[in-house]
Amino acid sequence: MNVKRLKERVYFTLFRVATAAVLVFLSLMIWVFLSNGVGVLNWTFLTDIPRRGMTEGGIFPAIVGTLYLTLGAIVFALPVGVASAIYLVEYAGEGRVARAINAAITNLAGVPSIIHGLFGFGLFVNLLGLGTSLLSGSLTLALLILPLVISASREALLSVPRAFREGSLALGATKWESIRHNVLPYAVPGILTGTILAVARAAGETAPIILTATFFFRPAIPSSLLDGTMALATHIYYMATQHHSILLVRPLTYGAVLVLLGLVLSLNLVAILIRTRHRKGKKW
Amino acid sequence: MKDKLEAKDLSVSFGTVQAVKHVSCSLRSNVITAIIGPSGCGKSTLIKSFNRLNDLVEGARTTGAVLLDGEDVYANGFNVVELRRRVGMVFQKPNPFPKSIYDNVAYGPRIHGTKAKAELDPIVETSLKQAALWDEVSDRLTASAFDLSGGQQQRLCIARALAVQPEILLMDEPCSALDPLATARIEQLMVDLKREYTVVIVTHNMQQAARVSDFTAFLYLGELIEYGPTRQVFERPTAELTENYLTGRFG
Repeated sequence: MNVKRLKERVYFTLFRVATAAVLVFLSLMIWVFLSNGVGVLNWTFLTDIPRRGMTEGGIFPAIVGTLYLTLGAIVFALPVGVASAIYLVEYAGEGRVARAINAAITNLAGVPSIIHGLFGFGLFVNLLGLGTSLLSGSLTLALLILPLVISASREALLSVPRAFREGSLALGATKWESIRHNVLPYAVPGILTGTILAVARAAGETAPIILTATFFFRPAIPSSLLDGTMALATHIYYMATQHHSILLVRPLTYGAVLVLLGLVLSLNLVAILIRTRHRKGKKW
Repeated sequence: MKDKLEAKDLSVSFGTVQAVKHVSCSLRSNVITAIIGPSGCGKSTLIKSFNRLNDLVEGARTTGAVLLDGEDVYANGFNVVELRRRVGMVFQKPNPFPKSIYDNVAYGPRIHGTKAKAELDPIVETSLKQAALWDEVSDRLTASAFDLSGGQQQRLCIARALAVQPEILLMDEPCSALDPLATARIEQLMVDLKREYTVVIVTHNMQQAARVSDFTAFLYLGELIEYGPTRQVFERPTAELTENYLTGRFG
């Protein structure tokens, strides 16, 4: 009996230590970034362009670049993702083809982001001649998050009760009318939540846009889709590894890290808020 | 009285399981026909073959014919969407849409092209009156359908089905999720409805079949064992199986 109790204690302690380790590392990370970066955070840092070889000034073009790129990724990935999910859930059935497509999507979600970057570089930048641009970067990020958007949309569509579809079809509505009026509206919160979480991930991706969209230094807001840009994630990479005086700009690098972290965490927060609001309003 | 709906050698199978076997019968218009039988005997599958709702089930196969006013609804090129407008259905579990009471009833007419509020208002009112729900909800048509009780929700689903002016109303165990009082209201409603509609009800409740229906079909393991006027089926059944079922020897 005592051996059993001892075992119980040992295992629980192990689990507790594991959980504590996660919390310790997370707090450590946030502490390091905050203590080093918070000093440079001010209005000028957020709204000014980088100056004097990026040793002074702000990161405004990088913030705008990241926002443009993620927005572009949504614009391309959301309609295609939702349309594919509708096809897979409502039309494709459960046959061999549908299973193969689903497997392909799962695998696509596992492709490393540098490979997406190389693919985007080959296809959009070179072959289609879009160059290093917002458009190339947005399309590449869209490809990266597409599997996530499809999975989230699938789950959201599947969670709408069959009874809504049957009730609508039994009234003489066509399949599309039933989906349009009695399935899609109730799947929207789930689709949005999943898309925002996917975009939050895209906002922090570096490899795909370093190859397709961003420059080391471009202190202007892009004025066309075919312009290159700066972006937070790549700016941090350049500042930490490629700058001529890395140590001098380290505080600015930490500042950029904090801004990116803040952006990603706010996106996640918005997703969580939508989800909780939706859960409260849901009656079926 | 003329025949409204006729099943001819109708069989339905799901994969290797045959749920309905060679059923032939004709249903008269403006009467209530009850389909009774033990659970899993194919009652629901049979009525869902009348509005081709079995088509939604993957692997479902239907052979034979279902004639609506003499026309085979399984014939190539038959308009299934139009069929479902003409043959309405009420489900076992009330399934209102998560919309307002008004929008639930107006949904059918809207998708069939009636958009103006001036036209929709009277349709909604008439349908709710026909479903004996108007008096309870007339002052809160914009409230969510989910605020209604189970019995009210089921009557709302009936109103929703009536709003597209069907010719036949199929009811798949419409009272199985309701309490006795709500059940009594729905039964009264069915009797009122048969003046204008042909009503087919699936029920596992024999008393209910005896109370409301004019004709009764007894289904057992997918086969139609007995079909005739309700009194005759209940008082002088011709098949031994029917008698055994009605007297509670199995089921």
